[in-house]
Amino acid sequence: MRSFAFHRPTTLYEMSALLGGVADSMPLAGGMTLLPTIKQRLAAPAALIDLSKIPQLSGISAQADVLTVGAMTRHVDVAESELARSKIPLLASLAAGIGDPAVRNRGTIGGSVANNDPSADYPAAVLALDAMVVTDRREIAADAFFRGLFETALDPGEIITALRFPVPSAGGYAKFKSPASRYAVVGVCVAKKAGKVRVAVTGAGPGVFRVAAMEAALERTFTPEAIAAIKLDAENLSSDIHADAEYRAHLVTVMAKKAVMSALQTS
Amino acid sequence: MSNVIGIGAAPRRKEDFRFLTGRGNYVADIKRVDMTFGVFIRSQHGHAVIRGIDKVPALALPGVHAVLTGDDVAADGLGSLPCGWGIHGSDGLPMKEPPFPMLAQGKVRFVGDMVAFVIADTLELARAAAEAVVIDYEVLPSVVGVLEAVRPGAPQLFDDVPNNLCCDWELGDKVAVATAFKKAAHVARLSLVNNRLIGNPMEPRAAVAESNGGTGHYTLWTTSQFPHVVRFLMSALVLKIPEQKMRVVAPDVGGGFGVKQFHYGEEAVITWAAKRVGRPIKWVADRSEGFISDRHGRDHVTEAELALDQNGKFLALKVVTLANMGGYLSTFGPNIPTNLYGPLLSGVYTTPAIYCNVKVVFTNTVPVDAYRGAGRPEATFVVERLVDVAAKEMGIDRVELRRRNIIAKESYPYQTPVLVEYDSGDPMGCLEGALAEADVAGFAERKAASERDGKFRGLGYSTYVEACGLAPSRFAGRLGARGGLYESATVRVHPTGQVTVLIGTHNHGQGHETTFAQIVSEKLGVAFDNVDIVFGDTDRVQFGMGTYGSRSLVVGGAALSKASDKVVLKGKKIAAHLLEASEHDIQFEAGVFSVAGTDRSKTFQEIAGAAYVPHDYPLEILEPGLEEQAYYDPVNFTYPGGCHIAEVEIDPETGIVALEKYTAVDDVGTVINPMIVEGQLHGGIVQGVGQALYENAVYDDVSGQLLSGSFMDYTMPRADHLPNMTIKTHSTLCTHTPMGVKGCGEVGTIGSPAAVINSVVDALSHLGVLHVDMPATPNRIWRIIQNATMPLAAE
Ligand SMILES: Cc1cc2nc3c(=O)[nH]c(=O)nc-3n(C[C@H](O)[C@H](O)[C@H](O)COP(=O)(O)OP(=O)(O)OC[C@H]3O[C@@H](n4cnc5c(N)ncnc54)[C@H](O)[C@@H]3O)c2cc1C
Repeated sequence: MRSFAFHRPTTLYEMSALLGGVADSMPLAGGMTLLPTIKQRLAAPAALIDLSKIPQLSGISAQADVLTVGAMTRHVDVAESELARSKIPLLASLAAGIGDPAVRNRGTIGGSVANNDPSADYPAAVLALDAMVVTDRREIAADAFFRGLFETALDPGEIITALRFPVPSAGGYAKFKSPASRYAVVGVCVAKKAGKVRVAVTGAGPGVFRVAAMEAALERTFTPEAIAAIKLDAENLSSDIHADAEYRAHLVTVMAKKAVMSALQTS
Repeated sequence: MSNVIGIGAAPRRKEDFRFLTGRGNYVADIKRVDMTFGVFIRSQHGHAVIRGIDKVPALALPGVHAVLTGDDVAADGLGSLPCGWGIHGSDGLPMKEPPFPMLAQGKVRFVGDMVAFVIADTLELARAAAEAVVIDYEVLPSVVGVLEAVRPGAPQLFDDVPNNLCCDWELGDKVAVATAFKKAAHVARLSLVNNRLIGNPMEPRAAVAESNGGTGHYTLWTTSQFPHVVRFLMSALVLKIPEQKMRVVAPDVGGGFGVKQFHYGEEAVITWAAKRVGRPIKWVADRSEGFISDRHGRDHVTEAELALDQNGKFLALKVVTLANMGGYLSTFGPNIPTNLYGPLLSGVYTTPAIYCNVKVVFTNTVPVDAYRGAGRPEATFVVERLVDVAAKEMGIDRVELRRRNIIAKESYPYQTPVLVEYDSGDPMGCLEGALAEADVAGFAERKAASERDGKFRGLGYSTYVEACGLAPSRFAGRLGARGGLYESATVRVHPTGQVTVLIGTHNHGQGHETTFAQIVSEKLGVAFDNVDIVFGDTDRVQFGMGTYGSRSLVVGGAALSKASDKVVLKGKKIAAHLLEASEHDIQFEAGVFSVAGTDRSKTFQEIAGAAYVPHDYPLEILEPGLEEQAYYDPVNFTYPGGCHIAEVEIDPETGIVALEKYTAVDDVGTVINPMIVEGQLHGGIVQGVGQALYENAVYDDVSGQLLSGSFMDYTMPRADHLPNMTIKTHSTLCTHTPMGVKGCGEVGTIGSPAAVINSVVDALSHLGVLHVDMPATPNRIWRIIQNATMPLAAE
């Protein structure tokens, strides 16, 4: 680990000044990904800008049919939030299934979404719920935000401040956990709103993606059976020591069915 | 005397107070004045020639003391890391034993092989300096699997080891086996893989070393299961430091499982380096370093055949195994897949003829050595899987087939065709006990319930035996051991009557401080709280071979029992003098010496006092003091065993295997502390379940990189993977150990993988599945179900 400067701004203005002004600086959220990366010497920032003391970045609120979650809101806070549970139960249960208690007590939604790990859970929810990624500069629709393996639409120095989730009429998330890391080998999020259905898959490929065939089928009939015969082409899916591509393709269908089942049960 | 807590009681563990209150003393806790920090530079290649090492940029950094390499080792004329066992091949020739240099010389042979040691004022500086060292490698092709390594044209690790074959070993009567196979009504055949495992003790390995320039003494603190052996090997063979000037301390150690029972190059390098830089040095491995440098376990590929007559009686067993040794021979390496494997192939059965051939093979992987069970889980897995395959193929119930072949209780002692003689046991009793405990009778109903949920349910048995309490020196010597395998204990009774025990075994989680204190408390009638157990320091404890192979209670406890008996004997002499009676009339019971048939007596405490204040004492015939020592070398191994029954439910949609029930009924001989035995069984079973369902060390076969090199990819078993377990004992007494004990450290790991996989195969048996390799991961199970059902669907 190279030595680095550490800054802890208390306002967004101060934060932007630091991120813009200090060369080679990186924002620090829960540190669950960033700190191991630095320890393994895979990243060597000159300065860390800790976002934890900026009050506007944390907290969960709801207006009409939108749930807003501040970027620095920890997974445990989403999991335990009455507001999240009542408005978008899938979001609370997704957060409760991330990693282990230590990770949930530190990791944040903003860090997870900004990192865009191909096996992370939140990106599936952001994409399926058609959430708006709010940054310190603009608002980015979910469909435009995720750009494949660890890539997003964020510009250098741009910070996610909040996620705005439209409340769906029904939604569910089902995940096949890696028994080692607890990340998603395959996770599928299904959300229905105003007759439209969105199905987003994480873990299976180089980044989160939607499945048009399942969306169309579910718009016709919102039941697990409607998608039971829809299978992804394994060609484009990931293969590793835990799961080969064909198995992942199979799991996408299985998890999608479970997600629909859970949507039906919670709506 | 009150507060005696003796054999059979279950007091809380003495050692837990310091652990639970954060007051343990581990190697990483040790700080010395002027201490520096060391970092090992390890090969990032599976196989490469070292063309050059440029230390200059690293040495230029202020605060960097040295960068030591294989050339420095050679220049100082140091030895290589010794192998403790020298086995012989079927051709009568000794195994190929290429040197294992403490720092690589000329070539690296696995990812993690040590290339250089960097010493600096701080850890951060040492890491930065390690990055500044420039190593010029010429990368060679790697070979990581045993089948590939023996093929013609495979990359060769050593110039003088053709085909990477270290030894072609055999055991048993090949001709008798061939004859029996000709007469067989049925032959069951099985190809299987015993997956490579990484032990992952909670505490990573670490060492601190210092040398005293004034006296020429050295001290090494190390995470070791056998400090005396480390001292002996370093003194006699590696560093050639006079043994009396070398102190090795293994303080609190956070788990071993075998991983810490080898002499590692790091220990030798850091001790030598401490002298060279003239400052104490500390090295603590991080977890990633542990994955690529802690010795791995298992890794066999096996073809096995069992011949049976028409009634299902076993006629003969033939086993051919390729065993992976990794890049070099580690301390016990070649002994594990041979001497600790072949002699266990008789299992609990009356198989009259057995032949075993093991090819011990070098590959570009971490050296493989003992890991909890070591050789015996592999043997049990072969035998117990094959029995199930035979039962299925012959249409005989699996339990019935076992009953027909199990050695009857009355047949003990039982000489097997593969060297060992079982002294005692009752495998049928364990089997019957386990059948009842596991509610096998209710299984059909549970299976039907699973089927209603669309799930498959299976039941699996493992009736097994192991050889432990390593072991008789004479026997081991004939098999190739280069050291002894006895144990020693000193019972030091203080003038107050309180007791310190100095013992050569090492406690790193097993609860010795409790179990051994119970033995002394019972034997001497002193309070449990008045007995302390000292271990792990060569300057305090006389000698010892350490803790592994379920030997601590069996061999060390026996030495302790004998030393305690000697204390009583001397106490009787003192009492006879004080009570003016004949020594033969003195009785000792519950801490009191008395003259038979009278009310004249002296307490143990009074006798201890008299021994140290010998005013009224038979000085002409007896020395003062009350301290006795015993060395114990057993006449045979001990043979714990039992029956394990696993019950699983499989979700065919995802392939997930859920372990629903686990029952173990084991014969561990006399139980000193039932709570500790249960704990050992729990831990052992969890490790066996880990092997069966989760753990797998996977190498990339092109680059030789370890793909499962962190906990993100190497699946450790966790609490939520396991059901509550039913653990019972059904003991027969060992006939040759002083207390009838057999040992229990490894039984859980030995019996369980076969039980779990047998239950998985049972759950899939309606699909015609005969075998599932470990670990039975969801992907693997799903694939097997796909393959089994696809042709059916096409029909
Ligand atoms: C053992 C373990 C298990 C895990 N299991 C799971 C799992 O099951 N499912 C899952 O989804 N995740 C899992 N994670 C990931 C974890 O939950 C976190 O979401 C993730 O590590 C990132 O969040 P963080 O708050 O820790 O971000 P950090 O590590 O602090 O930052 C991550 C990256 O994002 C940048 N960043 C952080 N915040 C912002 C922001 N507001 N705007 C712009 N950039 C930002 C940082 O600069 C950095 O590059 C696991 C992690 C670990 C260590």
